[in-house]
Amino acid sequence: MITRPDDLPEEELLLSGTRSCAGCSMSLMYRTAIKALGKNTIITVPASCLTVLHGLYHKQSVLVNVIHTTFETTAASASGIVAALEALGLDEKITVVGFAGDGGTSDIGIQGLSGAAERNTNFIYACYDNEMYSNTGTQRSGQTPYMAYTTTTPHGKLEHKKNIPMIMLAHNIPYIATTCASYPLDVFNKFTRAKQFKGTRYIHVLAPCPPGWGYPTHESIEIGKLAVRTGIFPLYEIIDGKMFLSKESEPYLDPRKRLPVADYLKKQGRFKHITQQHIDTYQEYVNGQWDFISKML
Amino acid sequence: MENESKRYMAPGKHVLMGNVAMAEGAMAAGLTFFGGYPITPSTEVPEHLVWRLPEAGGAFIQMEDELAAINSVAGASVAGAKAMTATSGPGTSLMAETISMAAAMEIPLVICDVQRNGPGTGLVTAPHHNDVFQCKYSGNGEYEVIAYAPMSCQELYDLTIEAFNAAETYRCPTYVLSDAYLGHLHEPVVIPTAEEVKKLVVARAILDKPNQEKFTFLDREGNIQIPPAPVLGTPNFPTTFISQPHGPDGIPVNEDQVLKPNTLLVEKITKNVEKIARTEAYMLDDAEVVIIAYGLTARVCYHVVNLARKEGLKAGLFRLVTIWPFPYERVKSVVAGAKAIVVPEMNLGLMAGEVERCKPLAMPMYKVPKIADIHEPGEILAVVRKAKEAHP
Repeated sequence: MITRPDDLPEEELLLSGTRSCAGCSMSLMYRTAIKALGKNTIITVPASCLTVLHGLYHKQSVLVNVIHTTFETTAASASGIVAALEALGLDEKITVVGFAGDGGTSDIGIQGLSGAAERNTNFIYACYDNEMYSNTGTQRSGQTPYMAYTTTTPHGKLEHKKNIPMIMLAHNIPYIATTCASYPLDVFNKFTRAKQFKGTRYIHVLAPCPPGWGYPTHESIEIGKLAVRTGIFPLYEIIDGKMFLSKESEPYLDPRKRLPVADYLKKQGRFKHITQQHIDTYQEYVNGQWDFISKML
Repeated sequence: MENESKRYMAPGKHVLMGNVAMAEGAMAAGLTFFGGYPITPSTEVPEHLVWRLPEAGGAFIQMEDELAAINSVAGASVAGAKAMTATSGPGTSLMAETISMAAAMEIPLVICDVQRNGPGTGLVTAPHHNDVFQCKYSGNGEYEVIAYAPMSCQELYDLTIEAFNAAETYRCPTYVLSDAYLGHLHEPVVIPTAEEVKKLVVARAILDKPNQEKFTFLDREGNIQIPPAPVLGTPNFPTTFISQPHGPDGIPVNEDQVLKPNTLLVEKITKNVEKIARTEAYMLDDAEVVIIAYGLTARVCYHVVNLARKEGLKAGLFRLVTIWPFPYERVKSVVAGAKAIVVPEMNLGLMAGEVERCKPLAMPMYKVPKIADIHEPGEILAVVRKAKEAHP
C-alpha cells in the first residue's frame, strides 16, 4: 500500500496523445490503474470511451496488451483469455482485466459479468462509471443517478443508480472495491490489492465526465471528491464478504460530517433543473445508502 | 393517451437532420412505441423520439441492450402498437434472432438501420451499405423481409411512412436502410398536412369478430391472403402465439405439415413483389449503359447520367427504392436491351450479385465499389465511359 504520490511507479504505461476529452478523469484513473497492474497485463475492452482513448494506429497510447471486444462481452472475452492462459500455463505470469464503462457493465454486459463471476473466473473486472453512455453522446445508463439529465432523460432520470457492487457481492467473489478517479493513491492501492487475489475481482471506479456532466474541465478532481464527501459515492472494499470502509469515506459514516448533496448537484449542468424536493429525495437516498453500509460493516 | 394534435409536425418546409426526418416519418405513420439502445450513428433517432413520442401519447423506453430493444418492439407490436427501433449494423446483428422470430410469428415491426462501416466495430461515423444482406439473411430460417433504401431526408420521412404501411400489410420485419451520411445530413423536408398524412397511413387492423376462417393466417390457399395480426387482449387472440410452425389454432404442426406454413412465410412476399417493390427509371428508354443503384449512391447516379448524356453516352439509371424483395423480373427487363451494366455500390458489390442473377450470361457488368464514403460522380462516370468503349 502506498501513501504518497512519490511512491507511484515512475514508468508510464499510458502515454501522452490519448484521444480522450479534455479533463477526462477516466484517463487519469486508467493511467494509475495500469501502473498498479503492471506490464504483464492483458486488458479486454468493449465499445466505450476507453476504446477511443487507446488511439489509432500508429499512435497507440498504451503499453499493455489491449484487445477490443464487442459491447456485451467484456467478461466473456476475459473468460476465454483466462482459460487459454491457464491451458498454456501462462496464467501465473499474466493478469487479465476486463475494463468496461458503466453501460457496458450494468446494462448490456451484466449477463457476461454474472456468468464469469459465477464461475469465479480468475480476472479483474473494472467498471469506470461516468454514469452515462458518454461515448455515443451521453444517453442514460443503469448507472445514471436520479434526476440527471442525459439526452434520453430530458427531464431527468426518475430512477436511482443500479448498485452493481452489491450485485457482485451476491456472486460471492473474493474482492470487491469502489474507488474514484479523484483519489489516485486509492485507485493504485485497490488495483494492487485486487491483483493479490485469485478468482473474480470487481472494482467500480467513479469517473466524472466534463462534457456529460456539465462542469468546467479543470473541475474533474473536485467533482469526484465532492461525490465522496457528500457520501453519494462511498469508497469501500469487500474482502471475502466483509466490508471495510476506505479512509477517504470513513468520516462520512457520521451523517453530520457529510456535505449536503446539493453541494455536489449544483456544480453540474446535468442537475440544473432540479428542485428542492428532488434534492431532498436525493439526500434521503444517500442517507439510506449509509444506513445500509453501517449495517454491512 | 393519444394527443392527436402533437403527433404531426406543422405542415410546410422544415430543415431536418436525416435521423430526425426518419423519426418524424415514423411519428406520422402512427408510431406508438419505440424501444432502442444508443449506437452511433443512429442515436439521434431515440434522442428525438424520447420527447416527441411521449408528447403525442406514445411510449419510449431506452432498453438495456439491442436484444431487449427489439424484443420490446415485438412485444409492443403484439399488444397492438405500431412499434419500431433504430440501430446500426452491430445492433442489427444482436437483433437477428428476434427478427427471425418476428418473421415466423408475422409480427409487424420496423427497424431503422443507420448503416456504418463494418465488419466488427468498423468506422462508426462512416457510411457503408454493408447491411443490405444482413437485413435479409441475419436470422435463422427461411423468411422474407421488406427493405427501403431512401436517398434523401425527404425520402427518410416519406419512405418510413411506407415502411410502416408495408409492415402492417405484409406482417413482416421491415427495414429503413439509412447510413451514417444520410442520417446526419440536414436538408429541407416538406411535411404534408395532418389530413394528407392520415390518408397515407395504413392503420393496425384488428379482427373484430371470432372468425376462425379469417384467422387462419397459415392456411391460405390460392391467392395469398394476409389476415390482420392477432392483437393481445382482443377476443380473437389465439390460445397460444408461438414462433414454431403452427396451424390456424396456434398449435405446433408435425414435420409432415411444416412445408405449408414455411412456404407461406416466403410466398406472401415473393408472390407480391410487383406490389411491394418500388423502383425508379431515369433515361432508360434508349440506354445502352444501365446503372443500377440504391440509397445515397443512387442520388449521385442521377447526376452521372446527366453528365454522361452531355458527352453523348446513352446512360440510364434504374434505381431500387426497395432493395428487398429484389425485383428480379423488373431488372431482367431493364437490362435486356442494354450493352453493359454498371453497379455502383457503397460496398464491395453485394447487390451486384442479385443483378447478376437477372442478366444474360454474356452481358458485361462493372462493379464500382466504394467504402466508407460516397462516390464522386467522376468515379462512376469513368466506369460508364469504359463500359461504353469496351462494348460500343
